[in-house]
Amino acid sequence: MMKSFEKLPGGVKFFLATGTLYAAIFFINADFAKKSFVHFSETFLGMLPILAVVFFVMFLSYFFVSPELVKRHLGRDSGAKGYLWATLGAIAISGPPYVLFPILRDLKKHGMKYSLVAVFMNNRNVQPTFLPVIAYYFGTLFTIVFAFYIIVFSLLSGLIIGRLMKE
Amino acid sequence: MKNAFEKTWQAVKTSLPIMAAVLMLVSLLNPVFEKYYPRIFTGSYIFDPFIGAVMGSFSFGMPIVSYVTGGELLEQGVSLLAVTAFVFSWTTVGIPMLPLEAAHLGKKFAIIRNGLNFIFSVLVAILTVATLEIIQ
Repeated sequence: MMKSFEKLPGGVKFFLATGTLYAAIFFINADFAKKSFVHFSETFLGMLPILAVVFFVMFLSYFFVSPELVKRHLGRDSGAKGYLWATLGAIAISGPPYVLFPILRDLKKHGMKYSLVAVFMNNRNVQPTFLPVIAYYFGTLFTIVFAFYIIVFSLLSGLIIGRLMKE
Repeated sequence: MKNAFEKTWQAVKTSLPIMAAVLMLVSLLNPVFEKYYPRIFTGSYIFDPFIGAVMGSFSFGMPIVSYVTGGELLEQGVSLLAVTAFVFSWTTVGIPMLPLEAAHLGKKFAIIRNGLNFIFSVLVAILTVATLEIIQ
């Protein structure tokens, strides 16, 4: 039993732990646990249609843009085009940081500049895949303004890091 | 086609349980903490984004989880300044991931990038909210 629990992915363990916490609170204060669960259910169900769109767009980006394609355009001599490709690459390739680090190390070995690694990592926030979720919670105007500043500051971060890492 | 489907399915399997768990936790903790939010998040242009950036820096995962968490915090009364800094720093600063980033991309790069983005998360929050106030 314990061994099969250990084999579960971290996210599932987190979910089960939270479920256990709810069960424990239910025994102490059933009304509070019920109200919290109803709030969670309503929010989660309301989000499902948007998540369906998100995962469909994610599928399209995986289908049309491969890490190999990005790798071809991020070399040492990529110049200004490299910044564009790093931005597009970050938009197309999604995933948690621990998944992206090995990909970026591989790209670095193939000549990707530190400045472009920084641009790539910082632009993960503006993935079109996730834009419907930001717009759902924060509104379209916020999404546009926020995305604009993310891109500006990611490029600035790339330029500063490029200087400091003496590329 | 099959490869793209497998990768998407992997992303669904990874992010859905985390998103559900985060929403469950937020639904549970907010009724307890929401009365303190007005006292912690006063709308200060320096303090609010700073607190948001610290919270985001210690969290990590797929960006979509930060939007859900940030959106819920906003609905519960946390200021937009704090939430914007939180969402920005969630993906750009990763204190728990620092050793891993240093191992893959170098210690100097990891420290400079994270330090710079912590400052930027405060700046982006201030600029975003100020821009919205001017436009609206």
